[in-house]
Amino acid sequence: MILALAAQAAGAEGPAVPAHPARVVSINLCTDQLAMLLAAPGQLVSVTWLAGDPAFSAMADHAGAYLANGGRAEEVFALHPDLVLADIWSPPDTVSMLTRLGIPVVQFPPGESMADIRANIIRMGEVLGTADRAAAMAAAFDARLAGLVRLAPPPGARPRAATWAANAYASGPRSLTGAILDAAGFANVAGELGIEYGGTLPLEALVWAQPDIVITAESAPGASRAEDVLRHPALAGLRVEAGLADADWTCGTPFVLDAVARLAAFRAKPGP
Amino acid sequence: MRQPLLLGLLAGLVAALFVASLAVGPAGIGLRGSLAALVAGGDGPAPLILREIRLPRALLGLLIGAGLGLSGAALQGFLRNPLAEPGLIGVSSSAALGAVVAIYSGASAAFALALPVFALAGALLGVLAILALAGAAARTLTLILAGVAVSALAAALTSLVLNLSSNPYAAGEIVFWMMGSLADRSMLHVAIAAPFILAGGIALLTLGRGLDALTLGEDAAASLGIGLAAMRLRLVLGIAAVVGAATAVAGAVGFVGLVVPHLLRSATGARPARLLWASALGGAAVVLAADVATRVIAPERDLKLGVLTALVGAPFFLHLIRKTAREAA
Amino acid sequence: MTLLALDRLTVRRGDCPVVDGVTLDIAGGELVGLIGPNGAGKTTLLRGALGLLPAAGFSSLAALPAAARARHAAWLPQNREIAWPVTVRDLVALGRIAHGAPDPDHPAVDRALAEMGLVPLAGRRATELSGGEQARALIARALAQEAPLVIADEPVAGLDPAAQIATMQVFGGLARSGRGILVSMHDLGLAARHCTRILVLHRGRLVADGAPADVLAPALLAAVFGIRAHLEQAADGLVVQPVALAEAP
Repeated sequence: MILALAAQAAGAEGPAVPAHPARVVSINLCTDQLAMLLAAPGQLVSVTWLAGDPAFSAMADHAGAYLANGGRAEEVFALHPDLVLADIWSPPDTVSMLTRLGIPVVQFPPGESMADIRANIIRMGEVLGTADRAAAMAAAFDARLAGLVRLAPPPGARPRAATWAANAYASGPRSLTGAILDAAGFANVAGELGIEYGGTLPLEALVWAQPDIVITAESAPGASRAEDVLRHPALAGLRVEAGLADADWTCGTPFVLDAVARLAAFRAKPGP
Repeated sequence: MRQPLLLGLLAGLVAALFVASLAVGPAGIGLRGSLAALVAGGDGPAPLILREIRLPRALLGLLIGAGLGLSGAALQGFLRNPLAEPGLIGVSSSAALGAVVAIYSGASAAFALALPVFALAGALLGVLAILALAGAAARTLTLILAGVAVSALAAALTSLVLNLSSNPYAAGEIVFWMMGSLADRSMLHVAIAAPFILAGGIALLTLGRGLDALTLGEDAAASLGIGLAAMRLRLVLGIAAVVGAATAVAGAVGFVGLVVPHLLRSATGARPARLLWASALGGAAVVLAADVATRVIAPERDLKLGVLTALVGAPFFLHLIRKTAREAA
Repeated sequence: MTLLALDRLTVRRGDCPVVDGVTLDIAGGELVGLIGPNGAGKTTLLRGALGLLPAAGFSSLAALPAAARARHAAWLPQNREIAWPVTVRDLVALGRIAHGAPDPDHPAVDRALAEMGLVPLAGRRATELSGGEQARALIARALAQEAPLVIADEPVAGLDPAAQIATMQVFGGLARSGRGILVSMHDLGLAARHCTRILVLHRGRLVADGAPADVLAPALLAAVFGIRAHLEQAADGLVVQPVALAEAP
């Protein structure tokens, strides 16, 4: 017992990951979606309840086929998984608890670029033992992305866009949203203003920067003060489009290309 | 110091800070350019920034600061206690609870005035709870303990409402409601807050004679012809209107009503009536200065206004507690 | 001239009368001492007469509208509260609130300061004065009110002997100038020496009313206060010195 604890404290390797897992549980919205896309029939047992919420999940329609979990160690353990899929930012206590209970946990980095998404698809295929399927999906992703990127204007001719969300949050070029914006053929105003990943872009700075288009999220259900700023009268002179659903840009999955296509359409269509 | 001189100096300071509030911002427009854009308009984003972003922010700083300073001075005079302050005794938290209920129930979306009205009702409950718990001639300890209890309850209920909201951003907004901010407010917010703050402020400014008389205690004040019941009603409604409307649009900005009367007390000869006007101007100066500071120190961080006022105010509070304890000993 | 008339004034706390059917008149020129043991109802009687407490029966003062009442009677509560560090001049000026605003430059304020010997202290913070000086400043505040009637609740409690005598002399001087003064007090010696008239309150009832020499008799002192006192008619007035508890009857 003492030896076992000492081994864990020393950071020994966790339980071995099976080559062909049979009961897979995902405890993160993004691994939920990749797993639903790539798992063999019957292999995936449970996804998070968020995966069934159309406000956040691009695969809400599919999530009903799986048990919903809240991501807590106790309920996950009760499902007797032989593999748990998590994000590297999943609660560390949950992950270490599952590992201690002998359940292998594979953690995926969040996809923050098109290359990340591709890598995550391939890795998910390897982990689930469905590498062929993953390779095909990655190839389709590459092809569609290349097609979209071909339509984008060259640097210098691109319209300047800012994504602007609740609490005046703007996404920088090194975020997934920034990658979507770039693929859709826009220059990112947040990047001009020194925002690399994402951060507060004060309303005044936004108006002063005079972007060609401000892309906001669709209104979340219920009211909030955080979203007041998206209706501020000072935005009156700018083109504001509620162009991004959270479901599209929350996770690095092939569905981000839907968002790219939708944004590219704003570029084609003249402003109001 | 003579009262007209003091008020003149304070008014000058407020005017300078108001102009600074118009001139400072992430868009480097400059003082001359700012004023020209504000007054003359013209093309480009500058007039829009001045008129729709900076002007409402400066006006709210002026109104809210004046209201909070005035509320602190009136409450202290009425309770004869230098530690009485709307934030410390839980009135601001109660107002925030009312505002949060208005926003997240959807009432304010249906009817813009629901926001200040709900916040006013929350503030009213807070003041009444404090007066019921601590009594009108509240001892410091009772007052502070009652304030802690009311604040804790209001903050817990605010948090509960935010957690139960269906909106994903709601839960994170507790920081705004507890710390306050003037960032990105619009003329709509000025329009819904100003009438309440002005009406409440006028009600509080008429209390001067009664507050002076209360220097001698309630019995003596009553024997001087002061109607205490009517005065208490006006005070409670005035504070609720000012703090309710201020909190509805800017969150709970603490310590202004504590620090400002304390700093100006000796300059006004400690006369509560004189302190009312001086604290209104002083409060406006403090909030305008703190709001400009949030933009200068960390423009990209959305630094909360209440963080600055608390950083300055909390040490004052500790100093006043020590002083009060020494005097009681 | 009658400045205060009470007719069967009764103040109840719950069902129990704390002041029970008190009838009296006070005229200008009188310095009236109200005495009685603790709990006799002295403060309640004074506050009831002033209209600060709901009372049954009649009080000529309570019957006045609040503004007129403030110009007719000045009230000095026992606790001598001075909530803020105002100057003595500003404190005295608070008496002018009865007539409108507390104007520190009003001649009545200067007169009150002079009358109470406070001119040298006029610029000092009232909260920094000694207890005796504060008591004088608060009396000056009452004088600035320019009311013909002054009612004070234990104005000499907690003061040193010199301040007690000085205070009673001030009240004596005010009475001689034509004002009516009603003060409650515990010190029988001071009451006997300085008051022109003494009221004795016992369990809410007025049990004696008259000149000190007539009222302060051994039987009353034993029955009301439970004490025996040394009584001596000196050349300049009555001397009363309580010396022992009265033997149980």
